[in-house]
Amino acid sequence: MSTFTPIPPRPAPSSTVGPLAWLRANLFSDWPTSLATVSIGALLLYWIPPLLDWGLLRASWRPDFDACRVDGAGACWGVIAEKYRIILMGRYPFEEQWRPLLATILMTALLVASCMRAFWRRWLVLLWIGVLAAFFTLMYGDILGLTKVETDRWGGLPLTLLLATLSIAMAFPLSLLVALGRRSELPAIRSVCTLYVELVRGVPLISVLFMASFMFPLFMPQGLTIDVLVRVLAGITLFAGAYMAEVIRGGLQAVPRGQIEAAATLGLSYWQTQRLIVLPQALAAVLPGLMNNFIAIFKDTSLVTIVSLYELTGALGLALNSDADWRPYKIEGYLFIAMIYFAFCFSMSRYSLWVERQVNKGKAR
Amino acid sequence: MTDERTMSDPIITFDKVNKWYGRQFHVLRDIDLTVARGERIVICGPSGSGKSTLIRCINRLEEHQQGHLTVDGVELTDDIKVIDHIRKQVGMVFQQFNLFPHLSVLENLTLAPIQVARMPKKEAEEKAMEQLERVKIAEQAHKYPLQLSGGQQQRVAIARALCLTPKIMLFDEPTSALDPEMIKEVLDVMTELAEQGITMLCVTHEMGFAKAVADRVVFMDQGQIVEQAPPHDFFNNPQNERSRDFLSKILGH
Repeated sequence: MSTFTPIPPRPAPSSTVGPLAWLRANLFSDWPTSLATVSIGALLLYWIPPLLDWGLLRASWRPDFDACRVDGAGACWGVIAEKYRIILMGRYPFEEQWRPLLATILMTALLVASCMRAFWRRWLVLLWIGVLAAFFTLMYGDILGLTKVETDRWGGLPLTLLLATLSIAMAFPLSLLVALGRRSELPAIRSVCTLYVELVRGVPLISVLFMASFMFPLFMPQGLTIDVLVRVLAGITLFAGAYMAEVIRGGLQAVPRGQIEAAATLGLSYWQTQRLIVLPQALAAVLPGLMNNFIAIFKDTSLVTIVSLYELTGALGLALNSDADWRPYKIEGYLFIAMIYFAFCFSMSRYSLWVERQVNKGKAR
Repeated sequence: MTDERTMSDPIITFDKVNKWYGRQFHVLRDIDLTVARGERIVICGPSGSGKSTLIRCINRLEEHQQGHLTVDGVELTDDIKVIDHIRKQVGMVFQQFNLFPHLSVLENLTLAPIQVARMPKKEAEEKAMEQLERVKIAEQAHKYPLQLSGGQQQRVAIARALCLTPKIMLFDEPTSALDPEMIKEVLDVMTELAEQGITMLCVTHEMGFAKAVADRVVFMDQGQIVEQAPPHDFFNNPQNERSRDFLSKILGH
C-alpha cells in the first residue's frame, strides 16, 4: 500500500514578487495598459508644473489686491487672508465671531468622538444633547449675557456643519423606519411609506427647499411662524430620508429569510429581530451606499443659499460678490472652500472604509 | 410501545390539518399525527411531499388553514401570545444552519436567553458553554460562524436551539447541506440528544439514523402521510406500494 507524502510548500518564483514585478503586473502588463500608463504620465508632466507654478511659485499670499494685479502674477491667496472671516462665518456679527468658532470646534469634536469606539456608550446620547444645546446657546445667545443673533444671520462653516449633522442624524432613523415600513405586512403602512419615497424622490431638492422656505408659511395660521432654519432642516431631512430608505431597503432584502426564521424560532419579537439580527447585517451590506448618501447630504447643504441662508458656499458669494476689488479672485475662494468640503467628505469616506473592515471581521476566515 | 405512549401522553397532535400555498397547491392534506412525549420520529419522503412544511407548522413558521394543531396542550392560533409560548417549547435546526453571521458563536447562543428569557449575561454564557461542550465545540466559542466548517456550524445551531431548554426539537434536513465527511459528527450529536429523552421530529434522508434512533418512521407523499411504522417494520416490510418504491430508490445502491 502506498503512503501519502505531502509536498512541502515552496516560495513563489522571484519573477512574481518585488518592485519590478509589481510595475510589470500593474502598469505594463500588456500594450494597452502600457499605453495608458505612458499617456497619463505625460499628461501629469504637462499639467502639474504649470499648476505648481501658478498655485505656489508665482502666487501672492498677502491680503493686498495690488500685488495680485502685477503682470505674471499667479494665484491670489490674499483673498483668503482678507476675507476668511466672512467665508467661514457668513453674516454673523463680526465682533461676536468667537461664538460660532467655539460652536464649530465643539461640533467637530462631537463628530470625531462619535466615530470612535471608546465613545460608543449610552452616555454618548447625553453628550450629543449637551453639545447641541451648547451649540444653539452659543449661536443664538439671548442668555448668559450673550447678545441675541437671529438664525438668518448664522452662516458659513458652522451653518454647513449644523445642517449636515442634524439632517443626517434625523434622516437616518427616519429612513430606517420607512425602509422597514415598505416591507411591512400591513398594507396601510406599506403604502404610506411608498408614497412618501416616491413623492420626495420625484422632486429636486431645490424645490423642496423653496416649498419649505416660501410656500409652507402661507399655509400656517396667522401669527404662527416656524424659524426658516427649522423649515429648511426639515426639508433636507425629508429629502435625504427618502433616498437613504431605498438604500437601506436594498440591504434588508439581502438578509436571507432563514435569518428571520431562526430569530422567530428563538422567540425574538419583530423589533428584537430587526434590531439585533436584520439591521446589523443589512446596514453592513449597504454601508458604501449609505456613506454615499451622507456625503451627498453634506454637499447638498450648499443649496440652502437659494433661500438666503449663507452656509459655506453662500458665504463665499457674500464675501466676494459685492467687493469689486476682490471679485476677480473668486476661483481661489472656491478652491479654498473646496478644500474644506474635501477634508470633511474624504474623512467620511475613509471612516466608512474603517467601519467596513470592522463589520466584516466575522466574515474573514 | 409507541402506541401506548401516544395514548397516554401526547405532546403534539395534528387533527385533520390542511394547508395550501396560494389557491392551488394543496401542500398538507388531512394530516393526522400524534407524537408522544419523548418520542423520536423520522419523517421521510420524496422532495415536495410536505415534510418540511409539516414540521414548520409546529412552531408556526407556516400557518395551517384547516384542522387543529395542539402543541404541549395548547392549540396553535393566530394569537401572538400562544405562538410565543409554543416557540419557547420548540427548538429548531435548519438545513442551512441559519446562524447569525455577525455574532460570535457564543453570542449566537446567548442571544435568546438574554433577550427573550431575560437571563443575566454571565449565567447565559455559562449555560451556553455547557451546550457547546455537549456538542463538542467549546473551543470555537469566540469564532464567528463563517470561520467554522459546515459540520461545526450545524452543531453550533443545535447547541443554540438547546439553550432555551425546549421540550421538542425539530430538525429540517440537518445534514443535507453538509459534505459527506461532516454528516457523521452531526448525526452523532443528534443521536446523543435522542438518548436523553427529548421529543424529536427529524426530516432526513439518513436512513441509518432512522434505523438506529427513531421510534417511528413517518412516510409522506403528495402532502399525505402514507405510512407510519417503527423503523424495523418500515424498512423490512413496508405496507404501501409507494413506500416500497421510495425505499427501493434510496436504498437501491
